[in-house]
Amino acid sequence: MIDSMMLFFSTDFVLYALVAGISLALVAGPLGSFIVWRRMSYFGDTLAHSALLGIALGLLTDSNPQLSIIISCLLFAFLLTLLDRRPSISTDTLLGILAHSSLALGVVVLALADSVRVDLEAYLFGALLTIGNADLIWVLVVVSLVAIVLSLFWNDFVSITVHAEIAEIEGKNVNRLNLILVLLIALTIAVSMKIVGVLLITSLLIIPPAAARSMAKTPEQMAARASVIGCISVVLGLVSAFYFDVPVGPSIVVVATLIFLVFYFYPNVLKTKN
Amino acid sequence: MTISDTSSNPATNSSADTNAPAVLLAAKSINKDFAEKKILENISLTIEEGQIVTLIGPNGAGKTTLVRIALGLLKPDSGSIYHRPALRIGYMPQRVHVEPTLPLTVNRFLQLANRQDKALLSSTLQDLKIGHLEGQQLAAISGGELQRVLLARALLRKPELLILDEPAQGVDLAGQAELYQLISEISDKHRCGVLMISHDLHLVMSSTDEVICLNHHICCHGKPEHVTNDPAYLSLFGASASQNLAVYTHHHDHEHGIGGSVKEHSHD
Repeated sequence: MIDSMMLFFSTDFVLYALVAGISLALVAGPLGSFIVWRRMSYFGDTLAHSALLGIALGLLTDSNPQLSIIISCLLFAFLLTLLDRRPSISTDTLLGILAHSSLALGVVVLALADSVRVDLEAYLFGALLTIGNADLIWVLVVVSLVAIVLSLFWNDFVSITVHAEIAEIEGKNVNRLNLILVLLIALTIAVSMKIVGVLLITSLLIIPPAAARSMAKTPEQMAARASVIGCISVVLGLVSAFYFDVPVGPSIVVVATLIFLVFYFYPNVLKTKN
Repeated sequence: MTISDTSSNPATNSSADTNAPAVLLAAKSINKDFAEKKILENISLTIEEGQIVTLIGPNGAGKTTLVRIALGLLKPDSGSIYHRPALRIGYMPQRVHVEPTLPLTVNRFLQLANRQDKALLSSTLQDLKIGHLEGQQLAAISGGELQRVLLARALLRKPELLILDEPAQGVDLAGQAELYQLISEISDKHRCGVLMISHDLHLVMSSTDEVICLNHHICCHGKPEHVTNDPAYLSLFGASASQNLAVYTHHHDHEHGIGGSVKEHSHD
């Protein structure tokens, strides 16, 4: 058993998957916490779905797939923030329309571009075990960038989330900080596409923070614990995917959900008697 | 009580003879419409160092809109807002809703305003008597406690101007008088100007230099004693509101050194 575990973890593709998954889970904790606090999960979904359109357009124009995903995510994120400022129609409805229309459009365009063979399922549900050198570098670069910006602006982000107007009076540029935060979310979603897929990305962002909520007294505690829960989900998800021969992305999300359920129903499960 | 009419400027503080009172904020001819409804019409006001200005008026009179324009959070349709250069404002909004998903202790909330100055934090907590709340969740404290915490957050910026939107809401009656007393002491101690919205003129009266009675336009303004006898005030709030005042005016104290036409009311 231990031998086979050693073998499992020393396999190249498993190692890549582990490094990519864990580094992503580390930034997904704090970033996902903001999505939960600011009720942006639908926003995240819309962004992720529109990324599929980005992939399709990238394939059609024969450009670097990672780069086209990142650019389209950033572009969509920017457009969505503009839309957010005009509350004439319910944002909820508008996001719903955009999320599903861009997903549908993405699938249609991918099907039309039949000169290229595309594994649609890999994009929808992720293909963590197929990531290569180049993918890993993309993930590491983007994740470090996100982590640096997040730590530089951490107090500002928390401040605008708690009360935007007080933050503005205290001299914070709320609109600019909002935009930076949204772009960080877009970047993270763009690189996590290969890991859990378009349909499951939001869950990787919001389930660990939701699970961590009951254990946290401050925003920082919630973010840090969400990162830990995310990492555990990645490792256990990978291991179980390997042993039960199931897709990795969904398996990671199932583990995260199980952890969430445990803390939801037994919030004191980790508390020792003094 | 000494009454002097020598000073024409209510903001002139006896302790600051050398410094001319400086204008912190000036609004000039502010107009604002919402959905083609006139909310504010030709509003002008100034706030000087150490001066406490209270906005009163019925619900929907445009008080919060005026405050948001004064803060620069909202743009007026016409008119101008002047802030003294590099003016530090402490702002206490009417409502603070903390998402239940966001864990936040009182201490962490206050650190959002000022992370470095730990001494200021502890002295502010002490001044406002909220030291015991530090470790508690912001969502779990009472309405009155929350108001004090919000005031503390505003003070941690070392404000030159405090802008308070109904600071006493959700506070019980005894607590309200205490809170207004506190605000007046803060204004004295730090010589900061205060612009606040209040419904309870009888409670703020003793600590207010200028009252502005607002109902889309400025109905009347001046010293509280003057405003409460103004027909425009009486027609908005009724004579009974004015009756209440007589009960409270002997709380009046002159520690604030308000020079000028403070009328003495009959005591028993």
